[in-house]
Amino acid sequence: MATLTSTANPPATRARASRSERLAPAAFLLPAVLVVLFVSIFPLLLSLFLSLSRLRFEAGGLKVQFVGLDNYRKLLFGSEQKVLFGTLAMPSLIGWAVLAVVAFLALVAIYRAVRNARPVRAIVGRAIAALALIGLTYLVVASLLAPGGRPGTMVVTMLYVVIGITFQYLIGLGLAMLCAQPLPGRRFFRVVFLLPMMITPVGVGYLFRMLADTNKGPLEPLWVALGMQDFAWSNNAWGARIAVMIGDIWQWTPFMFIVLLAAIEAQEVEPVEAAIVDGASNWDIFRHITLPAILPVSTTLILIRMIEAFKIIDLPNILTNGGPGTATETMTLYAYRIWRALDIGGSAAIAYLLLFLVTFFATLYVRALRGRVSTV
Amino acid sequence: MNLKKFASLAALGTLVLAACAAPPAAPAQPAQPSEQKPAEPAKKFAGITVNAITFSGPQIAEPMQRRGKEFSEMTGATINVVTVPFADLYQKILNDFATGTNSFDVIVFAPQWMVDYIEPGYLEDLTDRVKAAADLQWEDIGLFFRDFSATYNGRIYTIPLDGDFQMVYYRTDIAKELGLKPPQTWEDYIAFAKAVSEKKLTTDDGKPVYGSCIAKKKAAQSYWMITSIASAFIQSQGTAQGAFFDLETFKPLYNNEAFARALEIYKETTQYGPPDEINLDVGDTRGLWTAGQCALTIDWGDIGTLAIEEGSKAKDKTGAVILPGSKQVLDRKTGKLVDCTPELCPHAVDGVNHAPFAAFGGWSGAINKASKPEVKDAAFAYLAYMNQPAQSNVDVTIGKTGFNPYRVSQFQNLDNWIKAGMSEQAAKDYLGAIEASLNSPNMVLDLRIPQNQYYQGIVLDGAIAKFLAGEQDIAATMKEIEDGWEQKTEELGRDKQLAAYKATLGVQK
Repeated sequence: MATLTSTANPPATRARASRSERLAPAAFLLPAVLVVLFVSIFPLLLSLFLSLSRLRFEAGGLKVQFVGLDNYRKLLFGSEQKVLFGTLAMPSLIGWAVLAVVAFLALVAIYRAVRNARPVRAIVGRAIAALALIGLTYLVVASLLAPGGRPGTMVVTMLYVVIGITFQYLIGLGLAMLCAQPLPGRRFFRVVFLLPMMITPVGVGYLFRMLADTNKGPLEPLWVALGMQDFAWSNNAWGARIAVMIGDIWQWTPFMFIVLLAAIEAQEVEPVEAAIVDGASNWDIFRHITLPAILPVSTTLILIRMIEAFKIIDLPNILTNGGPGTATETMTLYAYRIWRALDIGGSAAIAYLLLFLVTFFATLYVRALRGRVSTV
Repeated sequence: MNLKKFASLAALGTLVLAACAAPPAAPAQPAQPSEQKPAEPAKKFAGITVNAITFSGPQIAEPMQRRGKEFSEMTGATINVVTVPFADLYQKILNDFATGTNSFDVIVFAPQWMVDYIEPGYLEDLTDRVKAAADLQWEDIGLFFRDFSATYNGRIYTIPLDGDFQMVYYRTDIAKELGLKPPQTWEDYIAFAKAVSEKKLTTDDGKPVYGSCIAKKKAAQSYWMITSIASAFIQSQGTAQGAFFDLETFKPLYNNEAFARALEIYKETTQYGPPDEINLDVGDTRGLWTAGQCALTIDWGDIGTLAIEEGSKAKDKTGAVILPGSKQVLDRKTGKLVDCTPELCPHAVDGVNHAPFAAFGGWSGAINKASKPEVKDAAFAYLAYMNQPAQSNVDVTIGKTGFNPYRVSQFQNLDNWIKAGMSEQAAKDYLGAIEASLNSPNMVLDLRIPQNQYYQGIVLDGAIAKFLAGEQDIAATMKEIEDGWEQKTEELGRDKQLAAYKATLGVQK
């Protein structure tokens, strides 16, 4: 019957059908492509253009003046260099040691690429990445591990990302392991542990601002009992940064917790039971079975959080407005501040520098872990 | 499923969805019997909606909403007050205008930003309306506010709702107890604060009393506070001299011995303040003042009315004086601090050069030029209603409004202040300090050049925050301010900025 129907179709109908079939993929894909173009690519290109421009509100509308790389020059070499990079000084002995280790590892990576006869493109890519890594490490070392040094918004942002995510992952993993045990009340705690994630970051900011107030906050009696009523965490650069980090860790640990809990509970039971029969300790089971089993999830989880953490703005904005000085100011917060003052080009330039930074770290991270995850 | 079938199903589905989504035709309503109410006369602005924007107070927004309700009842107009955080207000308004969204018919904002809104042609010229509105009693508004807050290039663009400049407040009971006089110079201020701090006074509930409380938080009001101190050292020849830039070269006046001295004083006050002073904004310092925990503070007129509110521990203990001055001022040729002489400081009192700072300038209302004519009429009537003496003379005596006196009648008539809870002496003290500032021929005008937000809110504020945090010394701070201001000036055009600066200083006193 099918054959009959097919042969009964005149050639014109067949041509129409094949034309429709040819156009179908494009017709179905086009809306999605247009949406992506409109909400993602177009703003990206527009902000690139803005980062190369200076905008002014004038009679009759907006005047856009193309200024080339001037906004980037101002940030990297001009009057805003200190805000971005901080004050760099001669690194301490520990600083030099850290820099030497990173430089050594970077050179080893290039050497391996050459030894394995990788394509020239890959070797050049690695060399550029190595140089960028050494440069960023120097920035960290010369501002953090150097007497007289002071970190700028770039290093402060990286600090929040590295320290914040490390603690979030470790605490989240610990809580997930606990809640995966057949303990009484674990369902209740699963919900409780999730609560911080439900609060808006601005709310968390105000919450921690109240808690950290040694003079009139709800914890005042505690601070007084500890003799800390005259201590102001916000006056001290590290005190303020730690307050921001605690808030961030408190808010985002639940995200790590819930995903890791799902991964732990989804792992196969047989290997664990076999290990128990073989007399393996809990640590051995965790290290050799659970950890490898949740590694792919962990990798993705950290990547998602890393991309998100680079954009941190609410907590430092509410807690300290980026102060004292520039101690808690992140790149996003700085971009936001100058955007509010109409330096839209400068703000876009910072956003692009942040984009490069996030892309660099994300690529480095994925490449570093790709081999390990795929062998699990 | 082949493509044809899929397309047919999709088309069918779309039709079903469309049929479900389409609103049913409204059935004809049977005529309702009328309730035989007497026909009310149509109100003047019935059916008109005025959308207004200001900052999320509660100050400023509160009287706008309260008076808006009254105005609605009288005229039939609907007043919607939208509020945004202060830090976002400038940009929010500008974005709305520039993108042609025009969501707001009335903006209540800092007149300092006026130039950025008027130059592109976003604001309605109110000159003729003001002239025609006798109820406004325009001449009763202080000359300074009529000129600085309302007028640009000889045309009126805003209706003042608030009068702002900074003063120093001191605790009269503490001054009496310690035998201290209200500070006349900034050195006196330091001595007063130090004396209180060393005495280690406490409030009735055992909380410490600090020698000085100044809002020094980054990205808040800190840059106005440092300007209040620096002004006395930088400007001595009268308002037209200006305290920010050289009138010939448009070079910043913030890299010299005068500003260095101001920075020293500013930092020294931190020693006598609350431990977390560099993270306090005016909301925090005002709270400390009304809790009785501060002996001195720099603030706008708000402290005077907040001190008499219920629960305040500073009621009848709050004295106010014009901003302290200096016996040394800047020699602009050499960049050095030199002693005041009659030539250098023609307006000095007892050898002390006072330069009261009109920080911010006072909240003012303007109308969107792109609004519909009938909405503009309603918007003007609404702003005029808030400004009229019958309303404003009451609002300026209420702390939560955030409105400070700006009409001559508000200074002359003490009754409203006494009725609001001030003692006669406190009212005289408070209004006297405001009048002394207003009458000063050496008033320092706030910066009102294009993109003043960047000059002050980013460059000046950022450098001061770093200085207070100990990230950089005085020399580096002054250089950072000078470099940042110069760079912005080069971007925007030196001649254009200088012309705008000169125009703003041409205010008649």
